[in-house]
Amino acid sequence: MLRKLFSFHGGVKPATHKDQSTLDPIAPVPLPERLVIPLHQSVGGQPRPLVQPGERVFKGQRIGAADGSLSSAVHASTSGLVRDIVPAVMPHTSGLTTLSVVIEPDGEDRWGELDKVRFRSTPPDELRDFLRDAGIVGLGGAVFPSHLKLKPGKEGALQTLVINGAECEPFITCDDMLMRERAGDMLKGIIAMRHMLQAREVLIGIEDNKPQAIAAVQAAIAASGETGIEAVAIPTRYPAGGAKQLIRVLTGIEVPHGRRSTDFGVQCFNVGTAYSIFEALELGRPLISRIVTVAGNVDAPRNYEVLIGTPMDHVVRLSGARAGTDRYIMGGPMMGARMPAFDVPVVKATNCILVGSPALFPPPPPEMPCIRCGECAKACPADLAPFEMYWHSRAKNFGKAQEYHLFDCIECGCCSFVCPSHIPLVDYFRFSKSEIWAREREKEAADAARDRFEFKNFRQEREKQEKAEKLAAKAAATREKVGADGAATATASGGAAPAKPSADDAKRALIEAAMEKARQQKAQVQARNTDAADPAVQAEIAAIEARRLASATPPTDSPPSSGA
Amino acid sequence: MLTAILIMTGIALVLGAVLGFASIKFKVEGDPLVDQIDAILPQTQCGQCGFPGCRPYATAIAGGEAEINQCPPGGEEGIRKLADLLGREFKPLSEEHGVEKPKAVAVIDEATCIGCTLCIQACPVDAIVGAAKQMHTIIAADCTGCELCLAPCPVDCISMEPIAETVDTWKWRYPVFAIKQAA
Repeated sequence: MLRKLFSFHGGVKPATHKDQSTLDPIAPVPLPERLVIPLHQSVGGQPRPLVQPGERVFKGQRIGAADGSLSSAVHASTSGLVRDIVPAVMPHTSGLTTLSVVIEPDGEDRWGELDKVRFRSTPPDELRDFLRDAGIVGLGGAVFPSHLKLKPGKEGALQTLVINGAECEPFITCDDMLMRERAGDMLKGIIAMRHMLQAREVLIGIEDNKPQAIAAVQAAIAASGETGIEAVAIPTRYPAGGAKQLIRVLTGIEVPHGRRSTDFGVQCFNVGTAYSIFEALELGRPLISRIVTVAGNVDAPRNYEVLIGTPMDHVVRLSGARAGTDRYIMGGPMMGARMPAFDVPVVKATNCILVGSPALFPPPPPEMPCIRCGECAKACPADLAPFEMYWHSRAKNFGKAQEYHLFDCIECGCCSFVCPSHIPLVDYFRFSKSEIWAREREKEAADAARDRFEFKNFRQEREKQEKAEKLAAKAAATREKVGADGAATATASGGAAPAKPSADDAKRALIEAAMEKARQQKAQVQARNTDAADPAVQAEIAAIEARRLASATPPTDSPPSSGA
Repeated sequence: MLTAILIMTGIALVLGAVLGFASIKFKVEGDPLVDQIDAILPQTQCGQCGFPGCRPYATAIAGGEAEINQCPPGGEEGIRKLADLLGREFKPLSEEHGVEKPKAVAVIDEATCIGCTLCIQACPVDAIVGAAKQMHTIIAADCTGCELCLAPCPVDCISMEPIAETVDTWKWRYPVFAIKQAA
């Protein structure tokens, strides 16, 4: 049972605040008046809406279809009426809107038809499509579509499947409660994942401040009789729940810059994801609810099973927000994001609603100059030099910041936590990252525009040339024809026409031919006002015309004038 | 004396031959400076600089025929980058060439469009689709916001709409903190 554990660099030990919210079991939440379900909840493309306003939907009915492979479906969390499909404020720091399906519950909470799958007898590709259409995404917070991670890699088998039950961030206890109450079902999900990945061993990493969860998982493993699955207690140190950190602690593998853990035979999933995979495969239920911790400035911190799309204030009301509440934070105090409003919906990424007040989270003391003490570098679990990246980010010298591996920063907040000058380092890193991304997008757009501009110039040039060639070819053809005609006329008349007409003659012949052609065309096109006359009148006209032709002088070369 | 002259002449001939060979073999096609300048320019192809496109403007800058502050879409940042690259002084954007505006895309009011194809011919990046006497529309993803289609439209049915920020393009703001008030 003794397993050699490894250690990651840095990390901090903030006060955990996890005790109060684990006193009571997970509670259900009564149906709200309105569910607002954003279509775009996972990493990747925005799902296409599948329903219309005014349509009735069942619980678990797919309302958004995955757009491409890097995307995940979205489902109705309860049965009811689709009121609208409108942009609504989403749970994101920016306060921007995203296309959302507004559902008015009918109170019946009726499930639609549920498809179950036997994972052992289904081909892996079908299983992955099934999970994509069941909307399964990583519930640890990154919301990366899980079906993309459930590929065994090049070798066809994985060495280690790491299940993340560390839950290192303060206040959050949703994974803890899930493991205590539903360890058996979660284990079934893990077994399905192990089957899909062909993993040789499964390690469930749980921080040692959750003894009940560890005991529950170990009991479940013993009850199932499975071998090769082990629940491992790991030392409590933030951020042990980061994927790379947990892999390091459990296996000793340090995933280097620019590589993936699958290159080393390791893949990592959250315990919540394992449970939702169990629900999808064995019960046929797509991901329509998740466990959310409500903690902070509330009377009774607790975990709730919340339907996706439930307004946050509806859930917080059950715990009783205390006076002085001025903000909700989605996530924990280290990495969480402040919500733009109280009624934003719970989404798949919402592991915790942290109710904040000025007393609980006082505004940070003023930022002081960096004294380059190096505390941040000592605390950084990604082995970076935050003070250097801060220096260049502050100066907007993004290229330099990238040289210090800015994109390996996991934004865990350890550096800001230990900084004696109270510098919000992570804010600077986020600013830098989004500026770099924006620049990359602009660069791509500029390159595309350059290509299109050059192609347009090329196309115009080519068209001009083609037109000139066509004209030249036509002119040559006409000239040849006229030349032949002229020669024929000359031979027929028996005149002493020159065998080789001079350039002048050729030109004249060309002009005459063109004029003759125009004359014919004109005669053809000219409308006759006699066309509509009755046959008697037409016959009379024909007689007059014949007489006129007979009396007229023999035809000449001159064009007939209107007076003739 | 003669030996020295012969040796020197010999060396000169050999080196001359090597240099001559190298200048043919390693000849640089085009002007690399123009490419570097062109990479900084925003490729809007709007012609506000007075040249028919970004590359001609880049060529003019490289040839010393144009100032570096004639590109409104590139804005102040673009001028700074050009100044850095060319070792010239930074200058504020020249007013006669226009003002820096937020990025926008052209939108055709499809009910008003008469299908004259004039805007299609004006678009430098072929971002407008349509045919004679058929409705035209703009491929927003390819539109550079150059505004060249606005003037030719005989029914004024094209307007510029600023690009709205979405969650995918949203940027974290530069951290700003209130300085503590002195007691």
